[in-house]
Amino acid sequence: MTEVNEKHPLELDAPRFSVRKPQTRIDKQGTLDDRQRVRAALAGFARDFSRLTAAYMEACVHCGQCAEACHFYVTTRDPKYTPIWKLEPFKQVYSRQAGPFAWVFRTFNLKPDVTIGELEEWQELIYDSCTMCGRCTQICPMGIDIVSLIGMARHGMFEAGLVPHELWAVAVRAEREGSPLGATPKVLKERIEWLADEHEIEIPLDLASAEILVTLSSIEIMKYPQSIVALAKILNHLGASWTLRSDGYEATNFGMLSGNVQWQRDSSLKMIQAAIACGAKTLILPECGHAYGALRWQGANVYGKPLPFCVLHISEFLAENVRNGKIRLRPLGKSVTFHDPCQVSRCGGATRAPRDVLSGLGVELREMPSTGDVNWCCGGGGGVVTIHRADELRYKAFEIKMRQVEDTGAEVLASSCANCRQTFDDGQAHFKWDKTMQSLLELVAGNLV
Amino acid sequence: MELLIFARGPALWTSVLVLVAGTVWRVWGIFRRPAKADLSEPRSTRFAAGAWRMILWRMIPKREFRSSATLATSNAYLYHIGLAVIVFGYLPHIAFVERLSGLFWPPLPAAIVYFAMAVTFVSLLIALMYRLTDPVLRLISSFDDYFSWFIVFLPLATGMAVLNEPFAPGAAPSEPLDPLPLALHLLSVELLVVWLPFGKLAHSFLVFISRGMTGAAFARRGIRP
Repeated sequence: MTEVNEKHPLELDAPRFSVRKPQTRIDKQGTLDDRQRVRAALAGFARDFSRLTAAYMEACVHCGQCAEACHFYVTTRDPKYTPIWKLEPFKQVYSRQAGPFAWVFRTFNLKPDVTIGELEEWQELIYDSCTMCGRCTQICPMGIDIVSLIGMARHGMFEAGLVPHELWAVAVRAEREGSPLGATPKVLKERIEWLADEHEIEIPLDLASAEILVTLSSIEIMKYPQSIVALAKILNHLGASWTLRSDGYEATNFGMLSGNVQWQRDSSLKMIQAAIACGAKTLILPECGHAYGALRWQGANVYGKPLPFCVLHISEFLAENVRNGKIRLRPLGKSVTFHDPCQVSRCGGATRAPRDVLSGLGVELREMPSTGDVNWCCGGGGGVVTIHRADELRYKAFEIKMRQVEDTGAEVLASSCANCRQTFDDGQAHFKWDKTMQSLLELVAGNLV
Repeated sequence: MELLIFARGPALWTSVLVLVAGTVWRVWGIFRRPAKADLSEPRSTRFAAGAWRMILWRMIPKREFRSSATLATSNAYLYHIGLAVIVFGYLPHIAFVERLSGLFWPPLPAAIVYFAMAVTFVSLLIALMYRLTDPVLRLISSFDDYFSWFIVFLPLATGMAVLNEPFAPGAAPSEPLDPLPLALHLLSVELLVVWLPFGKLAHSFLVFISRGMTGAAFARRGIRP
């Protein structure tokens, strides 16, 4: 892959990457011609035609119910946002190349070859309009895990060089610099020194040995550094043996979100090797949704063997210590509504943990009408928050969330994902909304007894 | 009468043979693909229980989704249950199975079956209307969806055409006065049986595979089915 297409230069120094006239473009990376792009996409798709994929491809009955679970369809009523439709080229290639009747489809051309025009058209559907929140999986009567198929379709799209620029750029940056937002090891060290000094708190970095390896999201490092202080405060309060490591701190995984399998592996391996190097028994993932999916559920698979340590999302770690009484908290005395990060709750199975923590905080929990593992996504997951041309669509989806939050009448809005928090902050500014997203981790740190 | 003999003999056995071979081929087409081992530390190892939970629980939509898919969901219940009542509860059908296999079970009262026929008939028409008019369904539908609908509707229609055929209580008529309607009904059923493993009607067995696999994966991650 080469640099970003010069027709659509990125303003890399802007607070968020931006592209002029974002809505009018189809992004391409690299110098492949159209035929080569199609071939690369087909090869990428085909690599994911496993037993599970085949079971899902064969089972769809075209009932269309997944549309009603998707925030992008529900808020626009545009049928192209039906989740299973977003996979049409992927399904087409499967039927023609790998299905039980592939030879029939090929011989009689019942499923035509996917064209470059279709792949370009589907770029928006596979990236801009899918936050990979997995709500469609929850409604599918055939039990098809549609979101996992979207992840696979992105692999082929990346190989074809058909990724939205901004998402591609942050993925490149993460691979080259170790962080999608410029939080390089040098920046991390400077930030840690500054935070430790500013808040007079010990933040161990690069210890040779520790029980717990703590990882971060670069959104926290660059935008919410108070989260790092909160984490340090809690771990020090517990008397834990812990460290951050400059050779494996970045938990976000834009290789996974953009569809580059090798970069996904590279990101995960840094943390895995850092944990092994310091002999950690536990690796704590930050308040980041997709980081949980990438390491907790896919980490061992990219490593090639079971991980020799336990992986916990920070909300799980907090819940465990609230439950066993090691963390005691002052009652917050307020009503709280909690936004579940999709990758931690619905796709990750850790729905109960934040509620246990909130219970420890003695709050009046006001659940949104559709909550827990069927919550509505904030609209910023799956890398969508990076894609500018998707902003209008994303804001429409965000309106569902705002209404839900407002309907609870809760005083405090909290979550445990920095990406969701960033999406909420952006939505708050866009809609001039008076609700500010709070971090669960910071609420705990601020109320330690 | 010759057509009826053909429908009851070679056509029946050929269709069953195609059903079995097609089903085996389609299932093999899935299981011949490589399986990717999941090495993540499971939250639960009760994968089989997870698979069964998903198979059973996904028969009912989650509470949060009930309001958004009311017509599609309730109508699908109607024709699925209606077809089950007709196929397994109607005395002539049971007698047909008994003649072939020796298996017999008590039939449902004829009035209930006739009611189910009427409901299923209307329900299938609603399903077609819905598919033709709903923007989402129109976009995602293929030839398979319309042909499969036709293949299901045809035996129902031809079956209703033989309803006025007299038959002795407890058994289907072996030699009806007019064999043509019954022959056409049998042939339409055989067409369905032949098509079943190749199109979307295969969801009758594929549902166990897709739900089961997701259920096992969800059990590993501790996700509610």
